[in-house]
Amino acid sequence: MLLGRIIGNVVCTMKDPALSGQKLLIVQPLDRQGHDKGRPVIALDAVGAGAGETIYWCRGKEASFPFLPANLPTEATIVGIVDSVNIPVN
Amino acid sequence: MLIGCVIGDVVATQKVPSHEGRKILVVQPLHLDGTDRGDPVLALDAVSAGIGDRVLLTTEGFSAMTAVGRPNSPIDSAVIGVIDSVDLHEV
Repeated sequence: MLLGRIIGNVVCTMKDPALSGQKLLIVQPLDRQGHDKGRPVIALDAVGAGAGETIYWCRGKEASFPFLPANLPTEATIVGIVDSVNIPVN
Repeated sequence: MLIGCVIGDVVATQKVPSHEGRKILVVQPLHLDGTDRGDPVLALDAVSAGIGDRVLLTTEGFSAMTAVGRPNSPIDSAVIGVIDSVDLHEV
């Protein structure tokens, strides 16, 4: 999983029927200091995340598992809302 | 699998139910010489690792889910061992 921040959302009217009712959010990956790292991706939301929140997200086939028994075509899903990150300096 | 160092942890109250009860660790993957290999990842803890530990990190879903004991849950990496020592053989 990776840290990220919600920076927007995407609306699709025409989409795979399995995706209907799902929220599509734009996630900016973050580094350990909380700075932007790399390019944003579109992810499904499994936890009710909202704009500006720090989250962690899962990639790959596992990203579809929160929605079982439905099989959703997703490669990235937000699986938790981060309260705090504790990284002691050495 | 990769060698990594646990550099921190993450607290998340609102998360998918299958992550409940497991620590979320921030793990920095390492090269064999101990230098950083890419960027840190978040991994669920299957072995009670702690900050500062050198650990075995799996970055593939099936093995991560199996180690954590939560099949069919959204886990793409997990800490599956605490490393005691690494021996590199001279060739």
